[in-house]
Amino acid sequence: MEDLLFVSSSPHIRHKDTTSKIMFNVIAALIPAVIAGVYFFGFRTLLLEVYSMLAAALFEALYCFFAKKKLTVWDGSAMLTGLLLALCSPPTLPLWAITVGDLFAVIVVKQFFGGLGHNFVNPALAARAFMLAAWPVFMTTWSDPKVDAISSATPLAGGAVTTLDAFLGNVPGCVGEVSALAILIGGIYLLARKIIKPYIPLAYILTVFVFFSIAGKDGLQQILLGGVFLAAFFMATDYVTIPVTAKGQIIMGIGCGLLTSIIRLGNGYPEGVTYAVLLMNAATPLIDKFTVPKKYGEVKHA
Amino acid sequence: MKLLTFRGGIHPDDKKEQTSGVPIVELKPDEFMVFPMSQHIGAPCAPCVEVGDYVKMYQKIGEAQGFVSANIFSSVSGTVTAIEPRAVASGQKVLSVVIQNDFKDEKEDVKPLPADASIADIALAAGAVGMGGATFPTHVKLSPPKDKPVDTVIINGSECEPYLTSDHRVLLERGEEVAGGLDLVLKKLGVKRGFIAIENNKADAAENMRKICEKYPDIEVVNLKTKYPQGSEKQLINAVTGREVPSGGLPADVGVIVLNVDSATVLYNAAKYGTPLTSRIVTVAGSAIKEPKNFRARLGMSAQSLIDAAGGFVCKPGKVIFGGPMMGMAVSDTDLPIIKGTGSILCLSEEEATLPESMACIRCGRCVSACPIHLLPLNFCNYAEVRDWDSCKKYNILDCIECGSCSYVCPSKRHIVQSIRLAKQALREQKK
Repeated sequence: MEDLLFVSSSPHIRHKDTTSKIMFNVIAALIPAVIAGVYFFGFRTLLLEVYSMLAAALFEALYCFFAKKKLTVWDGSAMLTGLLLALCSPPTLPLWAITVGDLFAVIVVKQFFGGLGHNFVNPALAARAFMLAAWPVFMTTWSDPKVDAISSATPLAGGAVTTLDAFLGNVPGCVGEVSALAILIGGIYLLARKIIKPYIPLAYILTVFVFFSIAGKDGLQQILLGGVFLAAFFMATDYVTIPVTAKGQIIMGIGCGLLTSIIRLGNGYPEGVTYAVLLMNAATPLIDKFTVPKKYGEVKHA
Repeated sequence: MKLLTFRGGIHPDDKKEQTSGVPIVELKPDEFMVFPMSQHIGAPCAPCVEVGDYVKMYQKIGEAQGFVSANIFSSVSGTVTAIEPRAVASGQKVLSVVIQNDFKDEKEDVKPLPADASIADIALAAGAVGMGGATFPTHVKLSPPKDKPVDTVIINGSECEPYLTSDHRVLLERGEEVAGGLDLVLKKLGVKRGFIAIENNKADAAENMRKICEKYPDIEVVNLKTKYPQGSEKQLINAVTGREVPSGGLPADVGVIVLNVDSATVLYNAAKYGTPLTSRIVTVAGSAIKEPKNFRARLGMSAQSLIDAAGGFVCKPGKVIFGGPMMGMAVSDTDLPIIKGTGSILCLSEEEATLPESMACIRCGRCVSACPIHLLPLNFCNYAEVRDWDSCKKYNILDCIECGSCSYVCPSKRHIVQSIRLAKQALREQKK
């Protein structure tokens, strides 16, 4: 009987893409944003990013060890979370602060809910919201690349910047959020590799643009400033926390755009993006429930 | 040229170059031929010979039981040595007639049915079944209910499973019989619209068929986009006619009959010569096979004989599959009989056969985009994990055709189809 061949349920072949390949592709797609950060804010941003990735990976490994789970560091998701958290932090953020942020993102938001695939909100953004509540001063102290000094106001709160500067990233802001151009390059890479679908980024960015244009403000500047691009291409497209159908994703994108706009319009509060995406993450199960696709051959019940 | 297609599906590497250019080779039968009495969907046949009987080639050895069943004929002449349960590809044991071949091929005197015989009668007399793998008795397909008039007949030449090229070779080498078979069906049913639908990776076959069909004004050859599962009946009908077979319904509900390429040749030969279905084209391929090729094999032969005829293994086979890599059945032993639905023997190397370890679902939605029935496969997998069968049912798990597209694209390598089968089985048991 030892000569029996191996049997398994069909299908017997699989596509070569894997979850970790996807994660590392997303990390690769963030390289332009990393480079832009170094260009505008100096090498400390690179230190912050690498440190944050390592810290996130370490927390993941420690959790796996103590929870007696299989080591999941190499799926790349923790490192991606660490990188995203660094990218949406101010360049001057102390390392201890981002350490706590990584701990919160990986352990509390992701692992406590069951690990990869089970968190209901984006870990990086949830950690950012947590840090914002814990250390509002650290989290809203922006350095201005032009004057090499620290200014406390974000351009969204009324500073005057040109649209070109906003597009290139020559403005005060977070490490990886400032350059819409760099994020766009990474986003197009992800679209071309079919890792993300265009529905959410397009719906998100267009909604913010249209909203502010109707409100009589500069819609173009509103989409280029304050992390809309980073959120639209990299945060609101985080598979785990978004709807699975095209229809659901368009609703998600429009919802993120509306919430971002409303929060910004109301009080010039710079954190519209974070809360918009988190709120829509929380609404995802509901959206999924109402956007079940019509199956092939569905018979209409009169 | 406009390529017809459906929504959803996947693009696996088709790996057809191994065998698509090699002509079909006729194979000598084995000494002992095994004929399982269940080679089709529906009621198993009852053996109509006894141990010790001498049977001729083309003689009926299994009598169809009930309407949804198909006769089985001997593919050799010789003596019945046993009627006993024998293992088949599905892993079950099925009552089988075993015949010791005398290698004389003494033929039963077969005559075509009278000219006014219905196409369903011809199919029934020939033991024809859908030879794409589903093995639905052809005469059932060809007797549409009166209240569901058929206006279209499609020959399914999509052959969307990777590796398989048997339909491709038939279209190239025996195109006349395919077109003749379709023409016969059209005439007998009084239908004015016939299609031969061929995936675009077989452009030479489409070309050949177009030339042949010049003399049949009612038959149109259409090219389909190369995409899996284009050969699934529902997806094919949708691509060619734009119609959707209602959930739980049959092609006849939208006025369509779909026939496999090889089934069309069976009907043609049955009508013209009265010969029943006793052989079929089998692709023997895969990286573990020395000389992959297509064979015309008598039904009842052992798969091992086909593997030997293809030069045997070049390396230790990791997995042997009856059928294609997407929906085929992995077998634990190669000494199993070729039956009406065996389109290929696929031998994968150990490396190809090793399935990657599965991880948590990251909700990437690739299975949703790939599902040709527009279901949410990720839900089935996640609900099955917690044995929530009712939620599976709510999300229409029973509409799943188990094509495997979701498992194929899953980056987390989750066993989605396997979970679906488990859930379906649980739901069936619940019903009892």
